[in-house]
Amino acid sequence: MRFALLIIAFLLAALPAAAQTVVADLSQSRVSITASFAGSHILVFGAVKHTEESRPKSYPVLDPIDVIVTVSGPLEPVTVRKKDRRAGIWINAEALQIDAAPTLYKIASSQPLEEILSDSEDLRHSISIPLAVRSAGAAGEVEDADSFVEALIRIREDTGDYEVIPNSVRVIDQTLFRSDINLPANLVEGDYTTRIFLTRDGQVVADFTRVLHVRKVGIERWVYNLAQDQALLYGLLSLAIAIAAGWGASAAFRYARGS
Amino acid sequence: MQIYLPIAQISVDFFLLLGLGGMVGVLSGIFGVGGGFLLTPLLFFIGVPPAVAVATSANQIMASSVSGVLAHLRRGTVDVRMGLALQGGGLVGAVLGMGLFNLLKSLGQVDLLITLFYVVFLGAVGLLMFVEALGAIRRAKQQKPVRITRRQRNWVHTWPIKRRFRASGLFISVIPPVLVGVVVGILSAIMGIGGGFILVPAMIYILGMPTKVVVGTSLFQVILVSGATALMHAVTNHTVDVFLATVLLIGGVIGAQFGAMIGAKLKAEQLRILLALLVLTVCLKLGFDLALPPGELFSIAAVQ
Repeated sequence: MRFALLIIAFLLAALPAAAQTVVADLSQSRVSITASFAGSHILVFGAVKHTEESRPKSYPVLDPIDVIVTVSGPLEPVTVRKKDRRAGIWINAEALQIDAAPTLYKIASSQPLEEILSDSEDLRHSISIPLAVRSAGAAGEVEDADSFVEALIRIREDTGDYEVIPNSVRVIDQTLFRSDINLPANLVEGDYTTRIFLTRDGQVVADFTRVLHVRKVGIERWVYNLAQDQALLYGLLSLAIAIAAGWGASAAFRYARGS
Repeated sequence: MQIYLPIAQISVDFFLLLGLGGMVGVLSGIFGVGGGFLLTPLLFFIGVPPAVAVATSANQIMASSVSGVLAHLRRGTVDVRMGLALQGGGLVGAVLGMGLFNLLKSLGQVDLLITLFYVVFLGAVGLLMFVEALGAIRRAKQQKPVRITRRQRNWVHTWPIKRRFRASGLFISVIPPVLVGVVVGILSAIMGIGGGFILVPAMIYILGMPTKVVVGTSLFQVILVSGATALMHAVTNHTVDVFLATVLLIGGVIGAQFGAMIGAKLKAEQLRILLALLVLTVCLKLGFDLALPPGELFSIAAVQ
């Protein structure tokens, strides 16, 4: 009896998943930062596995499927400081620590976000930019904590680190989708979470997550590790290299002038 | 051609960096100063984090001073003994400066500290140099023979622990050179500069050293102090970027050769006026930035 109940419960739990599902992949699972790294781009592509009910039956489609792709850099705590005028000059006064802000956050979608995603679904999946920045416990430290979080988002939107790109996911025949996402040259190392949401009528009906590994490789990796782990040796080495390069350049110049 | 800087964690154009180093090199070749006071703000401008810019500049300055000192040693225009006294003070100053730098960094005021130091010192030195050079030009126009008004006995000569500095022809206390060294060491650690633009006037006007040994001795002192500063930044903050330093240096050395050729064609007073104007321009720009309401009140920093 108990066993039968368990099976029924299992089947019930599996039922929502029996709606449509999404399969997707990235064009690459790792991004290597080499000495000549100048940014990169990834292709996110996939297909919707329809069930009998979800398959579009009439054209034009009445409740079409939309796709949202988010790429989030590693979460890092940051301090946001606000300048204030003291004794005639502008200096950093109030500061607020934000627990976790992604170093990069891009949202690509097949339609403008507010048309294909309801507020409650946004809240549940933390999709839009303000929800991706976590600032729990921030209130109380400063007078107007919200303005600090808004400033963080504003500054990172200006530098292009945070970006919303509507109409950049192409959905073909309600089944196939693809999106090109550019990664800037100032990429920070870490694991980048790529999430894909399928929405219909404002509701998220399926989602999928892939991790993109961003790593320094070769000499970049070696130099960075040396600077962190063997700081004294690295410091001496960089002085020696700089002296050698300076001496070499001036010797080459003297030689080129033929004296 | 882009190059990714492993410590600054940004990707910049290789030729932009080379050109930047070259431009500062041309100026340093013309005026005979290290050019750190121009390089560091320019690095801020292309997006290098301030802490990395200061530390890497120190590394670059140390290396470029080595080539300079070798040339001066061959000509015998380095007062090694005076240089050692200055270096002793310089090391103490660099340690003090690093302490102040790291304290204010934790308080979030390091950018203010760097900018204030630049405004105060560039302003003072620029004004002094401008007034002095104007006077020199006026004297030259009146065709009067230039009289060297080096006071043979000022307060410096009354202090104890006297030593003979043969290359400078001085018999003075070691305390003033050590004190000058301390001040320049502090500036070096905080501003990411060699301090030549402070050290050279201090050696002439305070210590009364003859002009011919001043530049060589200044470079000699800069080697140790900048080297120590770069090492301390590398060990405590991990902010020296070897790629950045090397590219800047290659550009700088080549630029300095062209600068020296241009400098040889200009008169000394004209050079000093131009340098004074350059220093004052940088000072005014930084001063206005402090006084005018900023476009963006907020700034972001990584949590240490």
